[in-house]
Amino acid sequence: MKKNDSAMMMDVDKRVRFDIERIREDFPILHTLVHGKPLVYLDNAATTQKPLHVIDADQRYYHSQNANIHRGVHYLSEVATFEYEKARGKVKNFVNAADNHEIIFVRGATEAINLVAHGYGRKFLAEGDEVIISAMEHHSNIVPWQMVCAEKKAVLRVIPMNDEGELLMDEYEKMLSPKTKFVSVVMVSNSLGTVNPVKDIIKSAHALGVPVLVDGAQAVSHMKIDVRDLDCDFFAFSGHKVFAPTGVGALYGKAEILDRMDPYQGGGDMIESVTFEKTTYNALPYKFEAGTGNIAGVVGLGVAIDYVRRVGFEEVEEYERELLAYGTTLLSAIDGVRLVGTAREKAGVLSFVMEHVHPHDIGTILDQEGIAIRTGHHCTQPVMKRFGIPATARASLAFYNTKEELDALGRGIAKVKEIFHA
Amino acid sequence: MSAINELYQQLILEHNKSPRNFRTIEHADKTVEGYNPLCGDHYTIYLNVKDNRIADASFQGAGCAISKASASMMTSAIKGATVEEVESLFQKFHAVVTGKMGPDPDVEDLGSLGALAGVAEFPARIKCASLAWHAMHSVLHEMNDSPKTIVTSDTTE
Repeated sequence: MKKNDSAMMMDVDKRVRFDIERIREDFPILHTLVHGKPLVYLDNAATTQKPLHVIDADQRYYHSQNANIHRGVHYLSEVATFEYEKARGKVKNFVNAADNHEIIFVRGATEAINLVAHGYGRKFLAEGDEVIISAMEHHSNIVPWQMVCAEKKAVLRVIPMNDEGELLMDEYEKMLSPKTKFVSVVMVSNSLGTVNPVKDIIKSAHALGVPVLVDGAQAVSHMKIDVRDLDCDFFAFSGHKVFAPTGVGALYGKAEILDRMDPYQGGGDMIESVTFEKTTYNALPYKFEAGTGNIAGVVGLGVAIDYVRRVGFEEVEEYERELLAYGTTLLSAIDGVRLVGTAREKAGVLSFVMEHVHPHDIGTILDQEGIAIRTGHHCTQPVMKRFGIPATARASLAFYNTKEELDALGRGIAKVKEIFHA
Repeated sequence: MSAINELYQQLILEHNKSPRNFRTIEHADKTVEGYNPLCGDHYTIYLNVKDNRIADASFQGAGCAISKASASMMTSAIKGATVEEVESLFQKFHAVVTGKMGPDPDVEDLGSLGALAGVAEFPARIKCASLAWHAMHSVLHEMNDSPKTIVTSDTTE
């Protein structure tokens, strides 16, 4: 009896905390009318919308806090520096890093990966070495490695996947060898929604002393991240995919590896001393933060993190799991619709194709119904090639989406079929 | 008619379903690829030009309904026309789909191509309608005889 009582209490508590109507009130853009219809925003894998808290923080920063950081002795510079470094602490807690100086602010996941490819790859890769990525990488986790491999005459190897969009782990294990010098894999696929077993990938790589980067761009809005539990050497993500402004992101790196790496860019703030003969670099993380960054964006990222943590990842994961299952059932039941990416472990993404209707046409018709989805190759052309399709239509979720919105998607698809007589 | 029904009218859906001149021309005088890297639409246009006239025109490839219908209608429209007539048709068509002729353009002289006028209401889709046209236009006016050219809609719109 007592146990039941406390279970009920917890349920009530959870309901209060995850109040979808209240959450939607926090995102003013969700109340937009598109072509006279309520916006149904299902393009969250491209970018997420921003809560009032983040919008207000941006305003507040420029109203009363703006100055350059780490430079002035004046009041505003101290305020700006304090806010900026406070956000670093929030990111550190968000990914559960050991220390603030393991968090480097960047423009986004793309820059984070380029920083590692440049600072680690160019320094430590040699001819004949191998870098392993996966078949479902975003172009931003393919091209930087191709560039560094071409320069160093290293070889880029790719973990294949099955028809469901799951990595073939046996093939990965076979691929690992003394030649392997780096592994860089995506945690959640942006075009398929697959959640990869990155912890296993890391464990196997570490058995050979190989460092691993995890591209967490699509993961951060859907699940709790713990870089120390994963034991990844690097973790990259973009702020704008986790309800923060665009143009800001973070790279987590283990301090001992970051220390051994070369700086990515030279400039102000990243130096200890400069003479025309020699420059000595600043300590972590400033060694990797040349020039004045997106200070307001960093502050906004800190506020966005506070927001999602308040909503609570346990609640988010449970709610989104239900939403994804609902959407999967709904789309699977429509004649002529085929889901692309049917892995057992998925998060947030419903990619699909329709018989006789190109994704681009689906996107235009849904837009007329107020429904925003992405159509195209989603910057994952090798994934499209793997599935033998030019493009997909992709509905991607955030915790502010509802079953009613997925119903609207279903009605929109019915409209597509009606127009195309499909 | 609503904007969406105007865009996807019967004639366009019909050309999408059964495109005209949807074949290759062996040893064509001119071959050109039109590619939109943003959406992946990809067509090859084949032209035979004889005595300043388009003796034959065809296309192959894959893409959305708008781009496919447009390519299909284009190949039908330019067959038999002189290079100058094609040029003037290109200019008129381009002006109509980019909305330069206003909201209710006179498209009588465009024939069935007038069905694509509704695209002007959908800025994101103008590139789809003009993809094959830009490819055809660039290769027709190409002075050098390079056997194959790729035209991307990124550089042409």
